[in-house]
Amino acid sequence: MIAEMEQTTLTRLDARTRPVVARLNSVSKNYGTVQALKQVNCEVREGEILAVLGPNGAGKTTAVKLLLGLAGATSGKVSVFGGDPRNPDNRLRTGAMLQVARVPETLRVREHVELFSSYYPNPLPIHETLAAAGLTDLAKRKFGDLSGGQKQRVLFALAICGDPDLLFLDEATLGLDVEARRLLWDQIRRLAGRGKAVLLTTHYLQEADALADRIVVINRGEIIAEGTPAEIKAKTGGRQIRCSTRLSLSQIQAISGVLDAKTDGEHVVIQTSVAEPVLRELLNWDADLSGLEVTSAGLEEAFLALTTNQESNGSNS
Amino acid sequence: MSATATAISQAAAGRTPAQTARLFFNEARFEFLKLARLPMYSVSIIMFPVMFYILFGLTMNRGQELSSVRVSAYLLATYATFGVMGASLFGFGVGLAGERGLGWLQVKRATPMPPFAYFFAKTVVCMTFSLIIVLILMTLGFLFGGVQFTLIEAAQLAGTLVLGSIPFCSLGMAIGYFAGPTSAPAIVNLIYLPLSFASGLWIPIQALPSFLQQIAPVLPPFHLGQLALHVIGADTRGTSVGHWEALAACTLICLGIARIGYQRDEGKMYG
Repeated sequence: MIAEMEQTTLTRLDARTRPVVARLNSVSKNYGTVQALKQVNCEVREGEILAVLGPNGAGKTTAVKLLLGLAGATSGKVSVFGGDPRNPDNRLRTGAMLQVARVPETLRVREHVELFSSYYPNPLPIHETLAAAGLTDLAKRKFGDLSGGQKQRVLFALAICGDPDLLFLDEATLGLDVEARRLLWDQIRRLAGRGKAVLLTTHYLQEADALADRIVVINRGEIIAEGTPAEIKAKTGGRQIRCSTRLSLSQIQAISGVLDAKTDGEHVVIQTSVAEPVLRELLNWDADLSGLEVTSAGLEEAFLALTTNQESNGSNS
Repeated sequence: MSATATAISQAAAGRTPAQTARLFFNEARFEFLKLARLPMYSVSIIMFPVMFYILFGLTMNRGQELSSVRVSAYLLATYATFGVMGASLFGFGVGLAGERGLGWLQVKRATPMPPFAYFFAKTVVCMTFSLIIVLILMTLGFLFGGVQFTLIEAAQLAGTLVLGSIPFCSLGMAIGYFAGPTSAPAIVNLIYLPLSFASGLWIPIQALPSFLQQIAPVLPPFHLGQLALHVIGADTRGTSVGHWEALAACTLICLGIARIGYQRDEGKMYG
C-alpha cells in the first residue's frame, strides 16, 4: 500500500517535469449564448494519458476541437507544441479520432489508411498501422461493410497512421464491446509507453480509471476536479460501508465520521472518509451486524459526488 | 499572407515535393474510386445522358438535320453538356454537402491535408467523369448516329466540355456550402433539371417558347451548350469568346458564394 503510494508520487513528480505539449490557458468558448467552456486551464504533458471525464454536453468535444484548431477560443489561449494548433507543422505531429456521423463507405480499409498516411512526411508503414488497430484481416473490406466496433478501429488507425506525438481520442471506445475496448486500451497504453501524449475524452468512468495517469473532471464547461485516479477517488470521502443492521439511519448518521447513510434494500450504505472508527462504533452499537462489506468509493461515486456538489453549489448561488 | 501563398505553404508543410504530389494524386485517386463504386452516382450520372441521347438522338429524328448538322450530332453536343453538368453538380455539390454536414470534412481538416487538395481532387474527378460521359456519347454517335468528326474535332469537343465542367464544379461547391447533407440532392435536381431544359440541352433552343429563348443567355449551361455546338459545326448564337467569358463570370460568382459559405463555416468555428 505504502509502496504503491510512493510509486504514484514518484510518477506524479516525474510527469510534472515533462514538457507540456498542449495547453488551454483560461480558455472560454461560447456558441451563441451557450457557454461551452468557462475559463478552463488544462495541460497535456509528454508521455501522459490524460482523461477528460464528464457527462454528455460537458464541453469535452469542444476542448478537443479547440486543441485541434477546428474551433477558435472566444477568449484565452490555446497552444499545441508551443504554437497555434492550426499551424500545419503542428498538425503533422497530432492525430485525432473524432466523432463522425458518416465516413465514405465505398473505400476499403487499406485505402483509407493509405490516403491518410500520405498526409504525413514520415508515416508508419501501412501494415504496422493496420496491425496496431487490429485491422490486418479486414484491410480489403469496404468501410460500409464493417461492424460498429470495426469502424471505430479504422478511425483509430487514421488517427495513429502519421505516428503523431500527440493523440486526441474523442469518445474512442463509444459502442465498442468489452473485448474491443480492452484491445484499444492496450494500444493506447503502448503509445503512451513510447512517449506519446494522449488526451482522451470519455464518459466511461471505468475507462478513465483504468487508463489515465491523470483525470480532469469537467461538467457544464468547468473543470471541477483534477488529479490522479486515486486522488479523485479520495476527494469523495474515500470509503463505502455496506451492511445489514438494526440501527436506524438517524442513529448511523449520528456516528462521527459518517458523511452519508442510506438504505439499499435490506442493507445500509454508509459513506465515510475513514472506515475503521465508524466500523468500531457500528459494531459497538449492533453486535449482530451482518453482511459487512467495505469498499473504496469507485470513480462513479466520486464523479457523482463531484458533479452533485457543483449542481447544489450552482443552485445556491 | 495572401490566400495563394497560404495554400502553397500548407501544401508544403514538412513534405517533399514528391510527397505533396503523391498526396494530391492519392486524394484524387480515392475520390474517383469512392464515387465510381457508388452506383447511385456513377450509374445515374452516366446513364441519364446516354439514355436520353439514344432515345432522342439516335432512335427518333433519324437522318434529320438541325442548324445545318445532323440531329444526332446536334443532340450529341447538348446531351454531353447535360451529362457534364450532372457529373459536376452531383459529384461536387452533393459530395461536399454530405462530407461537410456529416463530420467527415472535419476529420480531414484535423489532419495536415492541405484544404486545396480536397477541392482539387473533387474537381479533377468531376472532370474525369465528364470525360467518360463525353467519350461514351461520341462513340455512340459515331457508331450509330453517323456523326463524323476528325480526331482534332473529337479532342476539341472533349476538351471544351471537360474544361466546361469547372463552372459547374464551382456551382456545386457553392451549393455544397449552403445545402444540408439530406437536402443537397433535391436542391441539385431543382437547379440541374430546369436549367438544362431552359438552356436547350434537351430540346433545341429554337424549339423553346420565345421567353425562354430570351432568358437563356443568363444560364451557364446555355453557354457551354453553344460552345459544344460550335465545335461540331452547328449554327450558334453569340461568339465563342463571349460564351467563355460568361462561363468564367459564372465560375467567379459561384466561387465567391462558396467563399462566403467557407468563411461562415470558419466563423461558426472561429467566432
